[in-house]
Amino acid sequence: MSLLTSLARLRALDERIAQPIATVRHCHLSERPMVLIPLRMSGEAAAPLAAMLGTRREDPRLLVVTQPRNRDLRFAWAADLAAELLPYIDGFLAGTETVERKNADPYERVLDAPQLLVPNQTGIAFIRLLGRSTRFRRADGPYPVPETVPLLGRWLTYFGERAAYPGSSLMAAATEELGRHWASGQSGLEDANLAALMAWITTGPSDDAEDPLVWPPAGPATDPGFDAEVLAPAIEAGAAERITEALRGQLEPTWRLMWQAVDLLRGLPEGASVAQRWEQDRGSFSAMAAHIAEGAPPQARRDGAVAAASRLARMERAQAAYEVQRAYDDPLVMAEYRLTGEAFAGEVVETEPEHSEGEGRSRKLRPLVVVKTDDPVRLAPGTALGTPQRRGQGAQLVEARDGLVTVKITKGMGRGKTPAPGSVPEVGERVCYTSLTDDFQGSPALPEAEATPWTHGGPPREYTPSDEDALEEWS
Amino acid sequence: MSSPEQVIQDVLADLPRHRGVVVDSPPGAGKSTLVVRAAAHIAATGEPLMIVAQTNEQVDDLVTRICERHPDLTVGRLSAGGYVPPLRLLELSGVTVGTRVQDLGDPDIVIATADKWAWISGRTWPWAIVDEAYQMRSDKLLRIAALFDRALFVGDPGQLDPFSIVDGDRWSGLSWDPLQSAVSVLLRHNPDLPVHRLPVSWRLPASAAPVVSRAFYPFTGFRAGTQPHERRLELSTGGMGTVHDRALEEAARSGWALLELPNRHTVRTDGEAVEAVALLAARLLQRGAVASSEQGERPVTAERIAVGAAHRDQVAAIRNAGVPPEITVDTANRLQGREYDVTIVLHPLSGRRDATAFHLESGRLCVLASRHRHACVVVARAGIAELLDAHPSAEPVQLGVPVKFPDGWEANQAVLDHLAAHRV
Repeated sequence: MSLLTSLARLRALDERIAQPIATVRHCHLSERPMVLIPLRMSGEAAAPLAAMLGTRREDPRLLVVTQPRNRDLRFAWAADLAAELLPYIDGFLAGTETVERKNADPYERVLDAPQLLVPNQTGIAFIRLLGRSTRFRRADGPYPVPETVPLLGRWLTYFGERAAYPGSSLMAAATEELGRHWASGQSGLEDANLAALMAWITTGPSDDAEDPLVWPPAGPATDPGFDAEVLAPAIEAGAAERITEALRGQLEPTWRLMWQAVDLLRGLPEGASVAQRWEQDRGSFSAMAAHIAEGAPPQARRDGAVAAASRLARMERAQAAYEVQRAYDDPLVMAEYRLTGEAFAGEVVETEPEHSEGEGRSRKLRPLVVVKTDDPVRLAPGTALGTPQRRGQGAQLVEARDGLVTVKITKGMGRGKTPAPGSVPEVGERVCYTSLTDDFQGSPALPEAEATPWTHGGPPREYTPSDEDALEEWS
Repeated sequence: MSSPEQVIQDVLADLPRHRGVVVDSPPGAGKSTLVVRAAAHIAATGEPLMIVAQTNEQVDDLVTRICERHPDLTVGRLSAGGYVPPLRLLELSGVTVGTRVQDLGDPDIVIATADKWAWISGRTWPWAIVDEAYQMRSDKLLRIAALFDRALFVGDPGQLDPFSIVDGDRWSGLSWDPLQSAVSVLLRHNPDLPVHRLPVSWRLPASAAPVVSRAFYPFTGFRAGTQPHERRLELSTGGMGTVHDRALEEAARSGWALLELPNRHTVRTDGEAVEAVALLAARLLQRGAVASSEQGERPVTAERIAVGAAHRDQVAAIRNAGVPPEITVDTANRLQGREYDVTIVLHPLSGRRDATAFHLESGRLCVLASRHRHACVVVARAGIAELLDAHPSAEPVQLGVPVKFPDGWEANQAVLDHLAAHRV
């Protein structure tokens, strides 16, 4: 935890209300998100019990497995879930735009993409498990399932994997997103309780959040008291109506919280780079849709050597970009870097806009800016700098001493003999410069999976669907 | 234990017999010497050789060593676009520097960083030497493994494991986990490859080798190449009896010193600790330390001193606290593979409230405690032993992941235990 977040947490504890740690919203929020609250039967890793879902707060759909130990009923439930989710997903495939690419064919990208919102990280993990347990099923062979079930499995797997991708908003956990924007006065572990975190943000901490009778758990685990006293007797009695109504009672409070969380996040203005990351999400979603349309096999059970390395490279790059973008979008995030000496902010006290280097034809315009700052500057001379005030601009640290930092602008001030108007900050302007920059090199190519070298076990065996797939345990 | 020469002979003899050969080398055990000898040995057969190192400094060091020892060999140094070769490299005959393999002519040896090699394709080499292979992530090996037929992997298993800024749990347990080191993945897929160990540390003095060996290499062990009386550190001017002076005197006498500050929870850039480290460094220079060893007698100049810390902001704070500019101040990651006469270390757990996996990683402390030829001074707040007791390793156990030794928690305790006898 960074120093500023620790401070915000202490202050939250002191003032009995959560403190903002972001000034803008760093995640995309869909106009029509699909809120999905899954519940699991306790004792099994991936046995669905119920789900409440929908895109309109006044119209939640409740799907229940009235006997969660019955596998046929589980698959029937999965088919019901597919009947809700697949049309929602398909609804985004109609509107597309053509995207031109360098060194590659243009492709079609959807104009908007679906967004699943679940209460917490464990909800995401459960969605991933659901995807894992359904995507290898088949509509023929032994233990056939409805055709939509394996398709649902592939989409759930996709959303689950995408949720681990830094900066992606295709599937988000409410507690995570809230925790990125507000610091409560409780521990990170306690923040995973949606009711507790919402209370900290809205009204101040409340013991009610710990009371499963007031705020039932946000899932996927259920309250053991509810399991023993309400659910088990109802299941034993085989009373489908009673089970459904009991589960509705468990889910409805969380449903209201989820939409409150959406409102809270919607109240924040969107960060400048959010649209760019959402564009990547849209591209990724389009690629997945194309993949399915081509009839490609379901995602592998495990990443092969090459797939793992390539995913790691993509995720590392996304993580680095996400961190930089967040800092550029949000002065409160940038403040963390100012504290560690990787950024500094202050007032421009002197400029030399027409300063240049070199002679004759190699003469280059290099405007100088002197910034007066109180921040601890821990950057070496020559460090490349960027600034949130002028995104395209590149600069270099010349000298830092006694609270005065000299910066040389190296990029983004025009090609003329004098800098383009507005490209050099004026005396008195407040500016911020940082060593975080968003220009990353591409990563070198990986071998094809069929050419996996001997050091990594050689080429992997190809996946062929078989009847064995249906015999896997689904628990 | 066999002699170092015998081990090298065995390694060279194994090279043509196996697709890969692994050599584990404890700190300062002559890893570079081995690489240079193996390079010359392979080059003598007339077959082209590629060498992979991890950083540009390591590459430049290797080029220099090879050319000094074997002036008849031609070496091509591949580099990225922005690389400026240091002067010492340009002065060497037989070295060409270029960004493409075609630009190098046809040298006996081509050498580059793993990152640079990943961009090369369209040619293969019959032989490769991978230096610092335990620092190399296995996904980097995946990118370059198609370039060579056979390879010698050399590295120090006790140093820092490679890491990533993203969570790699989804791959843990896979034999090709991209976050594991190149050697771990190689050996998991090819368990029959021979693994040799260099048995003697030429760097670490007799006062340090047993400590480091016990704490960080509990099963493989190594010994010092010198006797206790062969290494001496003397301070030529008298002290003033301050704690800093006494710490330096203790270090000169015994090879270790622990300058203990009062127990306190502090921010990472603990002002007092930072100041103590900076003072020690400045004072060490003032007192005109002279080191005598099997290599003769020489003054401990600023270039022979290093200051190590766990975090970059600590490094920056120490540098700002007035450490003479010629003294190296850096993080454990960047001090890997370097050697100094005296090191001053800010203990990774000093002043902390918790012991995270990052701070408990045995490699971090191992790097910091094994860079010196004569003495190591550790600066720490009291209470680390209690902190360790309050934070047993609680990382979740992943299925299919080989148990890692040494355990960071235990290694930390072992080092602390030893340092306690040298407390000032």
